[in-house]
Order: sequence, then structure tokens, then C-alpha cells
Amino acid sequence: MAMDMTGGAETSADTESNASAETTERGSLDAVLHGLRDIPQLPAHRRQPVVLFPQRERYFDVVSALDDAGCEMLADLCVVDYLLHPHGNLPERIVPERFEVVANLLFLGLGARFRVRVQVPESDPTIDSIYDIYPGSEAMEREAFDMFGIVFNGHPDMTRILMPDDWEGHPLRKDYGVGRVPVQFREAPGPR
Amino acid sequence: MTGTSEYTSSTSEGAQELGPRSSGSVKELRRERGAVLRGYSSSAEEIPAALETVTHYKAALPGEASSSGSTTPPESFDEGLEGETMIINMGPQHPSTHGVLRLMMELDGETILRTKPVIGYLHTGMEKTGEELMYVQGSTNVTRMDYLSPLNNELVFSLCTEELLGVELPARAVWIRMLMSELNRVSSHLMWMATNGMDLGSTSMMIYGFREREMVLGFFEKTTGLRMNHNYIRPGGVAADLPDGWEEDVELICDNVLRRTEEYDDLLTGQPIFRERTEGVGVITAEEALGLSVTGPILRSTGIPWDLRKTMPYLAYDQVEFDVLVGTYGDNFDRYAIRLNEIRESIRIIRQVIEKMPPGDYRVQDRKVTPPPRARIDESMEALIHHFKMFTEGFRVPEGEAYVAIESPRGELGCYIVSDGSAKPYRMHIRGPSFVNLQAVPVMLAGGLVADAVATTSSVDPVMGEVDR
Repeated sequence: MAMDMTGGAETSADTESNASAETTERGSLDAVLHGLRDIPQLPAHRRQPVVLFPQRERYFDVVSALDDAGCEMLADLCVVDYLLHPHGNLPERIVPERFEVVANLLFLGLGARFRVRVQVPESDPTIDSIYDIYPGSEAMEREAFDMFGIVFNGHPDMTRILMPDDWEGHPLRKDYGVGRVPVQFREAPGPR
Repeated sequence: MTGTSEYTSSTSEGAQELGPRSSGSVKELRRERGAVLRGYSSSAEEIPAALETVTHYKAALPGEASSSGSTTPPESFDEGLEGETMIINMGPQHPSTHGVLRLMMELDGETILRTKPVIGYLHTGMEKTGEELMYVQGSTNVTRMDYLSPLNNELVFSLCTEELLGVELPARAVWIRMLMSELNRVSSHLMWMATNGMDLGSTSMMIYGFREREMVLGFFEKTTGLRMNHNYIRPGGVAADLPDGWEEDVELICDNVLRRTEEYDDLLTGQPIFRERTEGVGVITAEEALGLSVTGPILRSTGIPWDLRKTMPYLAYDQVEFDVLVGTYGDNFDRYAIRLNEIRESIRIIRQVIEKMPPGDYRVQDRKVTPPPRARIDESMEALIHHFKMFTEGFRVPEGEAYVAIESPRGELGCYIVSDGSAKPYRMHIRGPSFVNLQAVPVMLAGGLVADAVATTSSVDPVMGEVDR
């Protein structure tokens, strides 16, 4: 059932080709929220995560709608850089971009997971922060900024979290080499 | 919009630190507190009421009064606070920080007003390294993240890889994994009991905790060859079968540890000094814990029975009996009691595993994932080639992405892998429970005494290797 629902969420937009992006997104989200009550009947191992692909502008509203539907927790938020590997499994309507922000949400009451995947272009690596909905995203969004350079609009403290403040570049980007900095301590002599 | 260069170039040494009181606007602060207090069931109308209680938190800046609407003007006490408070550092080399955690605290006398954890001192780029290593090598990398429960890290990485591969494990491999995972939970909680005792001044508890943990590590050494960083649980099963006579070894550990937990009860649980220092200290509510994505014993201490082993079972946890322990007050004592009793529940699971351990293969008999047995290499050229290819090229994992989460001793340990169809993960992200749980420290410490900061930080049980990865 959950599998079917996942399919519905991704493909329903393709069938209504003449509708605007806004309404199709809304429609598929409604379908997902409508299907929530079926989830507890499923055996645990059949509960596949429901994947949603909102537009970047709609990301905050979609997460907000999931929150209103009772989703208690943001389990995880990370970014994937698709520079070297083009997306294989996006729905047709979604234009692939270099970065993808992946938010994993957790419904404690239903025992279900939701995954929200948003495309973020390289030319404008910004996205709304969901800090106002889930304050637990604070550290995760800072890590995403630190590692990928994605700026989360509305985040209260958009600074580096793991790397030093004066670090240049964003290490988990695919065009950031692995061995570019041989020694991280400036005083130490280099090899040879 | 603004590019990233603007953000990176404007940062300088110290930007990650706790700013002065006047650097943030009142709106910002209200939003922060309000969002935490929001809770999962409360509506937007309730937030202003909750904010009334925290208006003393920061004096309003000129010009902010009109934008903040109906809130009361700052009291004179708050305005006078500006010069009185002091920002101090705890760590990164403080012994109670369990590694290199730095806490910046703003104090008013002995009372903590604000706290900011500053992390990253142990950052080694393990997620980047994970993209350079093949799936067969990956578990050697992830096992070094949370060095107190390495087998759980290997487990989540292996489960995620197997989800992408779509392989079904033989029953014995599943039960061996469960046995090792629970033993690791026992050793990790024992280690926590030891360090927490040390932080609260009970040196004997530290000696006892390490002593019992050593027994578990001895069994790990016998089984995997190493005391830590085992690389034992691998995609496709486990590295080796359990040693002969493992039942007696594990039974001995169970008996000993169970008897010793009774002694811990005598030493700590009923002791007035210990209770004075932990009860009602470092309180976090269920709403705050959920809002801050806190999981594990901290979430359970607030009364929410959320344990992935029970609520979203993986391995064969739905075939064993155990209880999920919850607290009532969300204070340090609840977290202590939960961890102590989780040792007992883990031993209950381990005893069932000993009874029910099925015979059979300890790794999947799928040629694509599993190297040939050692004996076959001596007699078959093809097996030798297969073995060579397996360890030089690795195995290919179908394109796709998967998120798998398990209940580590510290909370939800998640692994998100994106595969591009090659032998290396295109992206490997680990959701470290310690990293996320650290966000609860400022909430737990606010309004408390600086003397309790050590005890509260300890009760969060952060492992810096996992926080910084």
C-alpha cells in the first residue's frame, strides 16, 4: 500500500499535464496526507518511505503541511551533489539540478518515514530554512552549509560548524579534491 | 541572491562562537525559544503566551519594541544584565567533555543563561573518505565514527548497502548481528556509567564500569580479532562465525554484568549524594526533545516510548521480548536509570539470542557479494580470480538511494547512501545521534548552575568521533 502511495505521489503529476505545478504538487501532497491513516495497518517491513519532490519555492510549505499533519520529528537533513552523476530516478516534471537537499521526516505516531527531496541549482545555492518548523534542523543545516555551501534563508546562525571559520571551499562538493591540502597545521613542515 | 563567497569571506576567526548579548535581535531570540517551545501539538496561538515567560531572557534593543508587538517592555534588571554577565569557555580540553567538545557559556553569577556547543575539533572528513572507499572497505571507515559502539556503525552501513543490493541475509547472520549489537550496547552503556560516575565524583564507579566493559571487549577480541574498530559486520553478513564455546562466554558475561548492576544500584541509585546531584538537573521536556530531533535515552527519559528496535523493528528484534524503558521527568537521574536498565534489557535479549541462535551460514551465499571460502581458493583457479576481483574491484551496487536507521546506544543512527551503480558509494551520509543530541545541551543547561554543567553534558553521552565525523 505504501509503495502504491509512493508511486501515486510521484506520478500523479505526470498524468495531469495541463495543470500548473502548484496544483499538481498540492494534489500529490494531499494524496499523501490522505493516505496517512492507512499506514498503521501495514506490517513494519512493508512501510517504505514516502518520497516527495517539491519545487524549491514550495519546500517550506510542504514541510509545514507535513508538520500540520502531525509529523513530530525531523530525523535527518543532508545534501547530495549530483555533479558527476546525473539523477536517474526523478519524476519527469522535476528538472534535475546540481544539488539536492534531502530531509528525512519521522512520524512517531504512525511509525512512518517521509523523504523530501528538493533540487537546488548551482547558480543560486539557496533554500528556505525549516528552522521555524523543526528547530532540530539547526545543526544539520549548518553542516549542509559548511560541507556544500548551500545557504539556508532564515537560519539564525548560518556559520561553519565542523570546518574552521577561515576554511576556503566546501569539502563535500564533488569538485573539491581529496588531497588538496596536505597538512592542515600551518606551522608544520610539509612532506619532504 | 547572495552567493556563498560572501558568506565564507565574511567569516573570520571566532564567528562560530557565542556572540555578545547585543548581537542578536530580540525577534531572533524569541523565535528560537518559541520554536523550541512550540511542541508538536501546540498551535501558533499558544506561542506568544509561552514567550511571555522568556521575555526576561534578553533585554529588548531600541527599535525592537514596536516590532515585537504585545510583549512587555524589558525590566530594569535585564537592562542592567549586559555588563554583569560573563562568557566562559569549557573545553575543548576539559576532561568532562569526553573528547574535544567546547561549550561557551554565558553566566550570570553561577547561573547559566546561554550555552553554545562549538564542535569540529575532531573533524576528519569521514563522509568524504567514504566516497573514496569501496563498499567492501566502507565498514572499516564507519566503524571509527562512534568508537564506543563500532559494531552499530558497521551494522547501519551494512544494512543500508544490503537494502540497495536487495539481498536477503541468512538467519544466522541476522542473529549474530543482533547478539553483537546488544553486547555493544552493554559495553557502551557500561562505559557511560563509568564516565558519568567519574564526572560526578564517584571514582570507584569508573573503575567498575571499565572492568565490566573489558569482559565484553574480551569477547569481541575473541570473535573479531580486535577490541575496537572491528570491521566484523560487513555488507553481506559478518566476517566470521562465532568462536567455539561462545555460549559459555556470553553466558558468563551476562551473569557477571547482571550481578554487577545490582552493585551499581547499591553504589549509586540509592545514594543520597548521587540523587541530589542528578534529580531535577538538566531537565528537558518531551516537546523540546521532539522539536530538537533528540533521540535515544534522552527522548525516552521524557516519557516517549520511542525505540527503533520496538517501533520500527530491524534484524529480528520483533522475535525477541524486551521492554522499552521510559522516564518521567527528563532529568539526569531518569537518563541514568534508563541506561542502567537498558543494560538489563540487553542482557535479556542476549539470553534469548543464545537460546534461539539458528544454524546455517553466517554470510549470504551470493557470489556477487561474498568472496569464495578460503579452502576453495587452493583448488580452483576461478575461485582465486573471483577472490582477487572481489577485493580489488569490489562489487557493484545498483543505482538508487536508501536511508536506514537503527537504534544505537545513543539514539537514531541513520545512514543515507546514494549509489551511482559503481563499486563506491556516490554519497554516504551518517546521521550521528550524538551530533543531533548535542543541540539539547543549551536547553538542558539554561537556568541551571554551572556546577551541574559537567553532569548534564555527561548525561547526553556525546561521542565526539561521531559528532565531528
